[in-house]
Amino acid sequence: MPPHAATSQGRARFARALKPAVFVVCSLPLAKLALDAFREHLTANPIAEVMNRLGFWALFLLIMSLAATPMKTLFGWTAQMRVRRMVGLFAFSYAALHFTTYLALDQAFDLSDIGRDIVKRKFITVGFAAFVLLVPLAVTSTDRAVKRLGFRRWKRLHRLVYVAASLGVIHFVWRVKADLLDPAIFGAVLLALFVVRLSAARRKERARVRAAVQAPITNPSFVPGAGHNPPPGGGIPV
Amino acid sequence: MTRRSDSVGAGLRPRRRTWNLPASEVTPEAIYLQRREFLSLGAAGALGLAGAAMAFSCKASAKDAPNGNFGNIKRGAFATEEKQTPFADVSTYNNYYEFGTGKGDPSDNAGSFRTRPWTIAFEGEIKKPRVVDIDELLGWFPLEERIYRMRCVEAWSMVIPWVGFPLAELIKRLEPTSNAKYVAFTSKLDPSQMPGQRRSVLDWPYVEGLRMDEAMHPLTILAVGLYGRVLPNQNGAPLRLVVPWKYGFKGIKAIVKMRFVEQEPPTTWHKMAPDEYGFYANVNPEVDHPRWSQAKERRIGEFLKRKTLPFNGYADLVASLYAGMDLRKSY
Repeated sequence: MPPHAATSQGRARFARALKPAVFVVCSLPLAKLALDAFREHLTANPIAEVMNRLGFWALFLLIMSLAATPMKTLFGWTAQMRVRRMVGLFAFSYAALHFTTYLALDQAFDLSDIGRDIVKRKFITVGFAAFVLLVPLAVTSTDRAVKRLGFRRWKRLHRLVYVAASLGVIHFVWRVKADLLDPAIFGAVLLALFVVRLSAARRKERARVRAAVQAPITNPSFVPGAGHNPPPGGGIPV
Repeated sequence: MTRRSDSVGAGLRPRRRTWNLPASEVTPEAIYLQRREFLSLGAAGALGLAGAAMAFSCKASAKDAPNGNFGNIKRGAFATEEKQTPFADVSTYNNYYEFGTGKGDPSDNAGSFRTRPWTIAFEGEIKKPRVVDIDELLGWFPLEERIYRMRCVEAWSMVIPWVGFPLAELIKRLEPTSNAKYVAFTSKLDPSQMPGQRRSVLDWPYVEGLRMDEAMHPLTILAVGLYGRVLPNQNGAPLRLVVPWKYGFKGIKAIVKMRFVEQEPPTTWHKMAPDEYGFYANVNPEVDHPRWSQAKERRIGEFLKRKTLPFNGYADLVASLYAGMDLRKSY
């Protein structure tokens, strides 16, 4: 909906509906899984199918949650910022179910086999590492945790999500036998999101340096070009 | 928009009659016909599944007299008494990348694959190289049922009642020369029928090979059916290799060529990842795939994994073929 067409009432309705709508959408893969399990539509090897699907959606939603800020940078959209945490927590939930399926259904809690897998199989090592990294992020996802840690520290901690997502993609790449199409798409999207973030950060940094250099000048209007050539990232909120 | 778009004739826009379709909205005839094909295929699939369910539910009688389009087929040697994997699973959970890399892709995409007319070229170090029609070939040997374990390199397994004939019988008939040390197999290459071949996931066509003594081993068969009926397309129709002590990927499907050669021939998965898939590919719980363990396997239909047996449980029959070889190096 173009912004000029939206009444304030419509906007309020959109804001109210956003979270429940995203909640429902993020639950759909799980609902589909339950339905297919009920109808016995999970292939001849249901445990592998359940693990594959849960892992896919964990990584998909994690990358979606990482797309929120770049969307704001690129298009100035802000609505997604309000559901970013929920999407991130859904990603964690799918990852936790994926890991639990591996532990309980695939390995039947055979701890020696699981330990060997995590140490010896590098695709399991990185997948396990990605999941472990997500745990503190999920735990500190509340407003209270942000307050307790302080925003700066909280933000630094939550940068781990980039590592987790990258490990998740590597986990996927190392898992497949030959068809790298899906992991390659995930990897390309993650890379693109990194590029947007890094270039925005660089622009911000340049703008800060320029501002610092220009600060001593008493009358900025005498600086040639100032005001006419704002730094490229100047108007973009980050 | 407040006005319902279907409000009768009240719109300012001239309403289009439903029969007044622009050409762009007309379904092209080819797609329409495909749709029909798809529907009938779906019906055939449903019938097949129903048949499978029935075959499964009355397996006791099916065991005594294998029914289906091959009529009465004698039970061959080496049959395992283990519970057979239901036809529905055997025919819907397939690795056959020519029809897509998903396990369900082959059964979804192979339905219209044409297995007739079909010829197999016999070439290389044999007395009389020639091209033989599949139906002529089928007349050469009596068919028999072989109930084998099938162990996939991905650590799952099935028990499948194949219908086929020993490869050794065919090789004897072709009279190989003393230079024939290996048999090189080639699969069908036809991207128009095999959508998976439109992407270079693997180096097409699929090729496989056996050492001559492996090819001559009485366990090794060429299969043309399973569960007493013609091989479903997704299982490698019209002719596929079955080597039960090796990982499933050695069982090349839709064979169009067999060449008898002196040197070890290239094989598809080995070319793709030489450190992960060897030429021999004997089932071996001691030698892990670099990325996962081969010590256990999940039998399709079972919850707990079971231990994988050396040579897939056929060690007493085949281990001597590899006497003196380092199976860690020749994996």
